[in-house]
Amino acid sequence: MMSKLIEVPALARVEGEGGLYIRFKNGQAEEIRLKIYEPPRFFEGFLQGRFLQEVPDITARICGICPVAYQMSSVQALEAALGVTISEQVRLLRRLMYCGEYIESHALHIYLLQAPDLLGKESVLELAAVAPDVVKNALRLKKIGNDLLKAIGGRSVHPVNACVGGFYRWPDVGPIRALLPDLEWGLEASLETVRWALTLPYPELELDYEFVALHRPDEYAIYDGEVWSSKRAPVPVEEFDRVYLEEHVPHSNALHGRTIDGNVYLVGPLARLNLNHEQLSPIAQKALREADLKLPLRNPYKSLIARAIELVEAYETAIELVKQYHPSGKSQAPLTLKTSVGAGASEAPRGLLFHRYAVNDQGMVLRARIVPPTAQNLPRIEADLAALVPQLVSMSNEEATLTAEHLVRSYDPCISCATHFLRVQIEEVK
Amino acid sequence: MSGTNKPKVAVYKFSSCDGCQLSLLNLEDELLDLAEAVDIAYFLEARRAVKPGPYDIGIVEGSVTTEEEEKRIVEIRHECKFLIALGTCATAGGIQALRNFTSAPRLAEIVYPHPEYLHYLDKATPISAHVRVDLEIWGCPVNKYMVLEAISAFLQNRKPNFPGYPVCVECKRRGAVCVVVAKGIPCLGPATQAGCGALCPASGRGCYGCFGPWAHANLTSLAPALREIEQYPGETFRLLRNFAGYAPAFRKAADLLGPER
Repeated sequence: MMSKLIEVPALARVEGEGGLYIRFKNGQAEEIRLKIYEPPRFFEGFLQGRFLQEVPDITARICGICPVAYQMSSVQALEAALGVTISEQVRLLRRLMYCGEYIESHALHIYLLQAPDLLGKESVLELAAVAPDVVKNALRLKKIGNDLLKAIGGRSVHPVNACVGGFYRWPDVGPIRALLPDLEWGLEASLETVRWALTLPYPELELDYEFVALHRPDEYAIYDGEVWSSKRAPVPVEEFDRVYLEEHVPHSNALHGRTIDGNVYLVGPLARLNLNHEQLSPIAQKALREADLKLPLRNPYKSLIARAIELVEAYETAIELVKQYHPSGKSQAPLTLKTSVGAGASEAPRGLLFHRYAVNDQGMVLRARIVPPTAQNLPRIEADLAALVPQLVSMSNEEATLTAEHLVRSYDPCISCATHFLRVQIEEVK
Repeated sequence: MSGTNKPKVAVYKFSSCDGCQLSLLNLEDELLDLAEAVDIAYFLEARRAVKPGPYDIGIVEGSVTTEEEEKRIVEIRHECKFLIALGTCATAGGIQALRNFTSAPRLAEIVYPHPEYLHYLDKATPISAHVRVDLEIWGCPVNKYMVLEAISAFLQNRKPNFPGYPVCVECKRRGAVCVVVAKGIPCLGPATQAGCGALCPASGRGCYGCFGPWAHANLTSLAPALREIEQYPGETFRLLRNFAGYAPAFRKAADLLGPER
């Protein structure tokens, strides 16, 4: 009887607090749990009775790494509720802002959070000792995303300029235009990132996923789109939660994302790339061709490669949008308050982020519902871990622990995000 | 990398969004130098390796919202010589502390179908409600250069040079137009600690107080004056009862004012 236990009380290099527990016997997983002990923060409760214009500021505080995603999903949901149409200029600027978030978040995850696993280092600081130039470039890649966010929203964490209807004011053209040389450098460096990502030694694991992501025919969907799946018909965003449910599973602490017919699905960079690669911008498209990948990409560890290609996409799109940025007219559409309900979704760097709000004719929030990407991915992570168990059996305990941890990290889980909505049973890690 | 006589730094997370500890990783130009100057001994968001305490500097993000956190902060205080509360969650309870003005079980029922599964405290509280804190850095999120200044000051055995004036001063310095005077928009700038660079007024909106109350804020005058120019009923109350709403000055001012006229 071969019995083995992998326990990681506190996962490192993830956003938020979680642990990992796998017990297996004779090559079979007896128990797999991603423990979430991030405390609940009750955002959906706080939002009740707040004025709708406060919502993007409050929901940003759900996650310090992807505040723009929360702002963008919430303003779209509230604009849908009020029947507000934003100007094309506003949409372009929101897309540009989202590029900034993709750049900082993806550069952070690729180099600081996941790459150390592939290079046998415990952190980017250890990596810096042997490959200082790689790390310096990584930090510059990331910084340019933060600089872009700062130029649009005042600061990169919890930017202050986005509002329901558009922006409080048009950001000055000068500082945004001044970023062009850096963005051009970043585009080259992100292409280099793709080439480098292809050389890394990924663990073997190929799984049959249901990929779910927003889709648009005319651009690589990040800011908005229709909900597409590799295994079912598209649905408009308003119907997202008719098809993609949350279900209480007896063995689990959390409500888990499930499709209406009980399937576990995947959101995030792999899902986006596999569903939307034809919509990539020309340079990102070329980088993907040269990478010579067999699509769909079905190895979760290789989501790093998908992120690298999206980093190219974000830089390339940002350059285009900066060039097109000539603000004119009002930065904010007028709002007419009414009792209504609206839904919105965007692609956070970690995957699809859905919001729905009910508001009254005073503009006060009556109900809020938020479905963050990591909550949807949690059951998928557990299923992946189960698929990994046969490989773990033959490994030393240390190697098995690292391989399992690496799998969780490759999802870029945002545990602070997930927890507020996970209906979690918090369990102390013994 | 890890010399033995460099000060050891530990970074801890409590209930929070991670944005303030991210500010350390957002010091892109300074991070590698910082890692030379101090030994980053415990920082789970950034590294897997953990060096045992005691630590010279402990940096705590987040507020205390569970029994486990209540115990852990006491242990952390014991293992850190100098303890920094990082960000408005750590200094005032943050957004989580909105539960303190209502009933936490009621909020739990709104969000969770099985609230009985949850373990949480009825109140979300700042670090200073539990242990002695040596330095507070306010902000939601913090200004990363204030964090750098705090660490530099520690290394040089001096007091950090933090602004001692309200957001209004930063606003004037950057030549932004006063949103209260010019546009009639309620703004907490006169009562909020500086540090952000007057981002909101410069964006044409009112300050929402995320850096917490300025020590000499005159909210008794300001709050009723702002009420006169509200854009929707209860705006001033909601500005005060927000990210730094549990800070005593904002808390009292909001209580005195009441939700609506």
